[in-house]
Amino acid sequence: MNQMSNQTVTDAKKRYSAGVMKYAQMGYWEPDYEPKDTDVIALFRITPQDGVDAVEAAAAVAGESSTATWTVVWTDRLTACEKYRAKAYRVDPVPGSEGEFFAYIAYDLDLFEGGSIANLTASIIGNVFGFKPLKALRLEDMRLPVAYVKTFQGPATGIVVERERLNCYGRPLLGATVKPKLGLSGRNYGRVVYEALKGGLDFTKDDENINSQPFMHWRDRFLYCMEAVNRASAATGEVKGTYLNITAGTMEEMYARAEFAKSLGSVIVMIDLVIGYTAIQSMARWARDNDMILHLHRAGHSTYTRQRSHGVSFRVIAKWMRLAGVDHLHAGTVVGKLEGDPATTRGYYDIFREERNPMALENGIFFDQEWASLNKMMPVASGGIHAGQMHQLLHYLGEDVVLQFGGGTIGHPHGIAAGAQANRVALEAMVFARNAGRDIWNEGEDILRDAARTCTPLKQALDVWKDVSFNYASTDAPDFAPTPEVSA
Amino acid sequence: MKLMQGQFSFLPDLSDDDIRVQAQYAIDNGWAVSVEYTDDPHPRNTYWEMWGHPMFDNPDAAAVVYEVNACRKEHGSTYIRVIAFDSSPGWESIRMSFIVNRPEVEPGFRVVRQEGEGRTVRYTIESYAMREPEGSRYA
Repeated sequence: MNQMSNQTVTDAKKRYSAGVMKYAQMGYWEPDYEPKDTDVIALFRITPQDGVDAVEAAAAVAGESSTATWTVVWTDRLTACEKYRAKAYRVDPVPGSEGEFFAYIAYDLDLFEGGSIANLTASIIGNVFGFKPLKALRLEDMRLPVAYVKTFQGPATGIVVERERLNCYGRPLLGATVKPKLGLSGRNYGRVVYEALKGGLDFTKDDENINSQPFMHWRDRFLYCMEAVNRASAATGEVKGTYLNITAGTMEEMYARAEFAKSLGSVIVMIDLVIGYTAIQSMARWARDNDMILHLHRAGHSTYTRQRSHGVSFRVIAKWMRLAGVDHLHAGTVVGKLEGDPATTRGYYDIFREERNPMALENGIFFDQEWASLNKMMPVASGGIHAGQMHQLLHYLGEDVVLQFGGGTIGHPHGIAAGAQANRVALEAMVFARNAGRDIWNEGEDILRDAARTCTPLKQALDVWKDVSFNYASTDAPDFAPTPEVSA
Repeated sequence: MKLMQGQFSFLPDLSDDDIRVQAQYAIDNGWAVSVEYTDDPHPRNTYWEMWGHPMFDNPDAAAVVYEVNACRKEHGSTYIRVIAFDSSPGWESIRMSFIVNRPEVEPGFRVVRQEGEGRTVRYTIESYAMREPEGSRYA
């Protein structure tokens, strides 16, 4: 047996004799494999240790994320083991990144339990991420077959029904996170909610770490917030909402808080990504059963999504969350204070909102993905955005998005309601102009200045924040740039 | 009180030409434009009265403005909105909605609180106009 070869050992006696063998030789590398329509496909960025062959590293990832262990076991022969082995079938060097490779790995559908993100992730990002022969490993993208997509509930409400329930069409929704995020009493907290909603926002939001602390227990917050929501609704004649964060230490406690929010007439509740995939799926099911919009804050994701060489890309988290069934998920602003280059963010937004994602390497989307009529998720853009960027936000993010101006509402020099009004006027003026055929990308500032003539709060907002921008190099840009077509 | 529903209630009132331009945007996207009116402005009053069917095969927004004005003649003291329906797969709902006419005086809404145990409150909001019978709410 040639130890250097990556060829699968087909002679059964040799293949299953006790001892250690290369993963590629065990059958986890099949360069001729044509993935089936029903296969789950994962694309990993692998950085092998020095001296480790890329193909063997890819095969090892396939092995460790499916059936393999470090040594040959005869009990494989009691199973249809060729079927259960994941198959690395393609390894490409990453353009411009020496020592890194893209490994394509196909998994038979029977390796997974339907409707369980926990089960899917236990394989795909289980032990394999600590595997010693790799310096680093990143899950870049996944192709989820329709047969598997259909085993999930998907977003409890979806963009279309959310709009129908809110009676809000044709423009991005507006929100704000209550600030300061910690320390306000329930009574003071509700004041911010009332002012922001009355001024023109559709939503306010608890922050990710507002749960039930000594300065404000959850029940108190819910009661004051719903007073604020209803008062604002009466003041404007609009449906209003506030994302009541029901994140807690146990499922029992989360259900109790969710039920209380429902009994008070809230249209929406909120959870944090850190509660875990199973808890998220449970709350999505509760939300579907109770006509509740479910907002997910991606608290904690940057610990594994941000670095290019290791972790899980946010586009994969987005796919899992669309399956899991949340309605809202934060997805970046492009122009705000948090990570996100335009092309990559575009890819995320497409995963949230499209019926079908065609492969688009320039946006970091490696596979065609059919969503099989699963509801669409509403992306939420939050973090360091203000009214003066409205044309850029509409240009980059489109219409089906919640634009959340926390500081950009509450930090307005003439108060929270004025800040909210400035944002709403800027938004409506920009949508009106876009529909009327104006070039908002180039004329955006003029459009805002014109709208500010009849809206003093907008003028004040533009004056205060006119020079604020966050221009830093992105740590996670696509590896592929579109090349202009060469005409013959 | 000004009813803030719809896409453009925070802007100055739309002129007939503004209405035409926005309706043409809907038509150019393949959406059917419709005119509706009501004297019940509650945010959860989903079904405003239809001023005819959605204009499915109408290529020209001038016809929308004509219908808005015809509706104004008959129901000028009520709310009138223009909405656009998109029948594409995966949407099949409304894409646009904006108010083009409102009563001269908008009396607003009152909050009704039913106080329950444990400081809970059951809220409802009610338009002051709804205290009058249909047809005489904004007379």
